[in-house]
Amino acid sequence: MTHHVLDARRLLCPMPVIRAQNAVARLAPGDTLEVQATDPGAMHDIPSWCRVHGHELLSSSNVEGEVRVTLRVKHS
Amino acid sequence: MLAARVMQDHGVWVEGINFYTGFCIEGHTQAIRSEARERPKRNNALWVAEQLGIKLHLIDVIEEYKDVVINPKHGYGANLNPCLDCKGFMVGKAREWMEANQFDFIVTGEVIGQRPMSQRRDTMPVVARESGAFDRLLRPLCAKLLPPTLPEREGWVDRDRLFDFNGRGRKPQIALAAQYGFTDYAQPAGGCCFLTNAQYSRKLADLWETRGEKRYELEDIVLLKVGRHLRPRPHFKLIVARDEGETNFLLGFRRQYTHLYATSHTGPLALIEGDVSEDDLELAARLTARFGKGREAAQVTVAITDQAGRTHTRDVSPLTADAIPETWYL
Repeated sequence: MTHHVLDARRLLCPMPVIRAQNAVARLAPGDTLEVQATDPGAMHDIPSWCRVHGHELLSSSNVEGEVRVTLRVKHS
Repeated sequence: MLAARVMQDHGVWVEGINFYTGFCIEGHTQAIRSEARERPKRNNALWVAEQLGIKLHLIDVIEEYKDVVINPKHGYGANLNPCLDCKGFMVGKAREWMEANQFDFIVTGEVIGQRPMSQRRDTMPVVARESGAFDRLLRPLCAKLLPPTLPEREGWVDRDRLFDFNGRGRKPQIALAAQYGFTDYAQPAGGCCFLTNAQYSRKLADLWETRGEKRYELEDIVLLKVGRHLRPRPHFKLIVARDEGETNFLLGFRRQYTHLYATSHTGPLALIEGDVSEDDLELAARLTARFGKGREAAQVTVAITDQAGRTHTRDVSPLTADAIPETWYL
């Protein structure tokens, strides 16, 4: 299980969630992905996308406009 | 949402596809405008997927979509909206996805007569043909008004339980939504694309005219969504933020453009697109001052920073409202 970081800063929604989706497609079950974004919409879109696809949301924060959402890729 | 829900009623496994062209309205405005930030945020496609309990696949088609906007075979609608080409393109992409993922057919929420260009009785077969989907494209909301498709003929869905909605009115859809218990749904199709907006289309047309060719990058079309756009001279344009949110957003572009803001008064950030002379800079500074708190002041100090990062200030008298011709506004 590996931890990965995706830089989606300065991208407008829905690009952060699209980049997260494409990154997850390349990861192994159990891997974790931290998505960094500056569009506050990512705070809602990425958790919503996780719920839709069954991935586990580990944490999310928005500190002074720096959004970080971490998820764990589901076991298929 | 309704079409997918109808398919679920038929016991069909449904997954959603949502295309991102760069011209989508939702999200961007929310991320940029200060006032919009206060509204509850949601991506409508993801929200619908959650309501229906289906998977949703988001697909970035920004690059491929350029050809649809620039060279629409069927032309534009009232503005720069290439709706018929767009529909054919998207259903074509959905067909590719269907084939790659072993799905059997495509469902859309189209209704005959709902839209003036892409949802007419004579253009709906065009979409089916040009997308390559042919009779694997099912429109459950108006299927009874169209020839039976493969899923109907094969008995994968029951044609008798499909619908015959038509026309611009949405009463039958609203009634069906109520039947399913939906009290909240995204805005109807057509209101979700900037290309259907007259003002946005004017700005895009101006961009192409100034460049001398129909070409754009994602950054261009995103910037067209932000701020007031004024072209006081043929060779330069000024983009003036309308609120703090837009100022913050435009700040991200400050290294690529000469930019201005008032230092003696509160005011917006403005970007200059184009090559400017000293006289142009003076005019741009007076315009920038016009849109700040110092608009009634005799003099406003404006800082001007070029793309090399060199800053100088100049004291200017703000332009009066009547000194700005309407024709400058794009």
